[in-house]
Amino acid sequence: MKKYNVINTPVHNIDGIAKVTGRARYTFDISLPHMLHGKILRSPYAHAKILNISVIKAESLPGVKAVVTGQDTLGIKQGIWRRYKELCDEEILARDKVRYIGEPVAAVAAIDEDKAEEALDLIEVEYEPLPAVFEQLEAIKEGAPLIHEHAERNINVTRHIEWGDVDEAFRAADYIREDWFRCSSQAHVCMETHCAVASYTPEGKLTVYTSTQSHYYIQVLLAWILGMRENDVRVISRYTGGGFGSKFELDSAQFCSSLLSMKVCKPVKIVLSREEEFMATKRRTPMFYYLRSGVKKDGSFLAKEARVFTEGGAYTAMGATALYLTGFFQAFPYVWPSYRYDGYRVYTNTAPTSAMRGFGAPQAIFCAETQIDLIADELGIDPIELRRKNVMYPGYEVPGQAYIQSCGINQCLDKVEEWIKSRGELPPNRGIGIAAYGFMSGGIFNWFDTPYAFSSAVIQINIDGKVDLYVGSQDMGQGSNTTMAMICAEELGVRVEDIRLHMGDTENCPVDLGAWGSRETLMQGNAVKMAASDAKRQLLEFAAAKLSPNIVYDMDIKDRWIHLIARPERGISYFDIVKEAIRGKDGQPIIARGHYTPHRKGMISPAYSFGVQAVEAEVDPDTGKISLKNCVTAHDCGQVINPIGVKGQLEGAIAMAAGYGFTEDLPMDEGKILNPNLVDYKILRTTEMPETNVFEVETYEPEGPFGAKEAGEGLTNPTAGALGNAVYHATGVSIKGLPITPEKVLAALKEKNKKKKK
Amino acid sequence: MEKKLLRITVNNEYHELYIKPKKLLVEVLRDELGLTGTKRGCNTGACHACTVLLNGESVKSCSVLAMQADGAQVSTVEGLQDKGKLSPLQRSFLDHGAYQCGFCTSGMLMSATALLNKNPDPTKEDIKEGIHGNLCRCTGYNSIIRAIKAVAEGKYKEDDR
Repeated sequence: MKKYNVINTPVHNIDGIAKVTGRARYTFDISLPHMLHGKILRSPYAHAKILNISVIKAESLPGVKAVVTGQDTLGIKQGIWRRYKELCDEEILARDKVRYIGEPVAAVAAIDEDKAEEALDLIEVEYEPLPAVFEQLEAIKEGAPLIHEHAERNINVTRHIEWGDVDEAFRAADYIREDWFRCSSQAHVCMETHCAVASYTPEGKLTVYTSTQSHYYIQVLLAWILGMRENDVRVISRYTGGGFGSKFELDSAQFCSSLLSMKVCKPVKIVLSREEEFMATKRRTPMFYYLRSGVKKDGSFLAKEARVFTEGGAYTAMGATALYLTGFFQAFPYVWPSYRYDGYRVYTNTAPTSAMRGFGAPQAIFCAETQIDLIADELGIDPIELRRKNVMYPGYEVPGQAYIQSCGINQCLDKVEEWIKSRGELPPNRGIGIAAYGFMSGGIFNWFDTPYAFSSAVIQINIDGKVDLYVGSQDMGQGSNTTMAMICAEELGVRVEDIRLHMGDTENCPVDLGAWGSRETLMQGNAVKMAASDAKRQLLEFAAAKLSPNIVYDMDIKDRWIHLIARPERGISYFDIVKEAIRGKDGQPIIARGHYTPHRKGMISPAYSFGVQAVEAEVDPDTGKISLKNCVTAHDCGQVINPIGVKGQLEGAIAMAAGYGFTEDLPMDEGKILNPNLVDYKILRTTEMPETNVFEVETYEPEGPFGAKEAGEGLTNPTAGALGNAVYHATGVSIKGLPITPEKVLAALKEKNKKKKK
Repeated sequence: MEKKLLRITVNNEYHELYIKPKKLLVEVLRDELGLTGTKRGCNTGACHACTVLLNGESVKSCSVLAMQADGAQVSTVEGLQDKGKLSPLQRSFLDHGAYQCGFCTSGMLMSATALLNKNPDPTKEDIKEGIHGNLCRCTGYNSIIRAIKAVAEGKYKEDDR
């Protein structure tokens, strides 16, 4: 018999037909009877006191049904870091002070969007503008305007990581290199903007349809700041039009629609405009990075020191996690015998910076991999060789931080090296750059302070063999629904079409912390596997009477066939046993449970994915224009569950990460984003995508379901670095600021030529 | 504002509606006819998520007044399947995983339909050009290009429906 019937077979996304026929109903498509439409009034000031808000004129406009301001709230400062009170610093409707352009100050519900928009103009807000500060290195200076009373010098969070004797190791180094880098911001650009439909009813119950990555977080956060019981708030999120880290915090659409609905007892829908999405939702954390590395002549890594100042924006958001993870992944995926990291997250009067796919790691890996190529050049060592000498290996312990079990990075280097060799001599102005990376496979962060398991799952088997699988994980397009159905089908021994998956509803789905930190495959996957295994055991108990095995575990189920493992032809149909089992239990359904919480797995993650990426780029020496030709990735995500899904994640990550590398940016003037639209903010289009190729390097991760690890988020880490290195090898100039624009390339080339002439 | 009569055929069904003349085509399709398969990602004509066919030509339905479609034939994603049988492009999209979150998919399918109607044998470059305006944040486009190419190469026949 085959090892697996379902795992590693190309399975259509179980939501696919709904999506290609236009039937998938997103929050954006929800319309309820008597529904009102809401709009949000936002601060035009980067920093100002709110002296007074008058809503009388707005309220009396015909068609307007409700207006809310901060005075209608409980004034709770919220955040996901509930364990740390000082990090809960954001009121979603500001009461006394606004701290960034776009901060919500009031909201209106009216009979239609036009009327609500009209009413916004009638709300009179009296502001007293305050001096503002926009850059982290300015904001941290003594005497800079203070953004939060409690945060001296605007320092929001600091993080320190250290192991080994760094100073001693630097003394022993043959070669030391230091560089400064600037990593830019990035917008998530989900195609479905943040939106919510909230419906409060006289029973005192609130139902919120919303586009989110974690219905559980939203349920609990809403209940908290609205002063409700958690399970009187129901959050429903069946289809989510993209997330990428932008949709697991409470947002203004969710909060304002809820407040408005509670005021009028009617459903209220709020959809953020694309402009609001750019100006007033969270974004990737910009970082100012100092790196100093010490190595031996032969290329062995000895010591690394990193210092980071991040532009925090006005509130903590998930920025504290990004600050920690960028420090942790700065040393990844290498063995640095000594390492010291100091990170400072600094409040600024800009839109808060937070989680975005990669969560601080793409910044770290861009800087690290750029510097490693410069070191390789100085020492005259091949970039692949230098990396090979220093990469992590199975069984390596990151001191005090993490334990690496499966790790296929060496095989990844081999594959990429082979590919580079196959390219032969490149035409002029072309270069190939590489970057090695790794990522967590499920963040072990319980900042939310929940007593629930990290993930849980429930299974019920019906009389016809159909399996109801209840999961708390959130599919935002990454395909977790399909992954879970596949894991369930494989473990239980049925087919994917036998699974009916239920998700995205706090009323009947078990708790899962949500789709962030690359959690779902490993954490939700383990919970599903455990539940399926329990359900299978219950069926085998009934089959034992028929098949007379020595012990019950001498039997298994594969492809709906319950059989003796040693004699697979001796068996009985899954459907027959399900009927017998249910009959034997007085007609009770077969119900099974599963859960997963990491057990002594360090501070970061139970497992890590690894990979090496090569980018081949061409640079026009006259214009500085970069075009991507090839992007090849050797990838260790453990056991592949769904090859269609993994490939999709890989190509999608390349597009997003290449955008971060050379086309996407959020320039600001005095805290105002200058390109809040899809024309001036340039995500990659078809013609800019390189050819993509992937080599799967198979490893088995003991902690993952069927040996699987994350396969989506970590892939965002290498591309900017590999792209930068490709530009370096094509032109001889290394650009240390993202995005790598034609202007920067031209300026650097000019500088280089000037030096040459001298 | 006085309402006007709109006569419009959508997915071969004729409708007469009284609408405000400033209503956009996308609003009429979604809000009046309940055809929510057509999405809106920007409302400024920049993302092409709202692409539909107007008398066979692909248009951004957020940039067309509904009254401009008076008397016209409109096709939306809901019209691609025929009595439950998926179109070649829809089947190819499934096989190639040419969608993830699915929010841009309707627009992508309509642009691809228009492209293949005009040019049944497009090169890869033609396909890239044909869907150049359609933004997708999930897939990186290559799976979509492969899916369209496979249909163009005749791997998915209309008769196999």
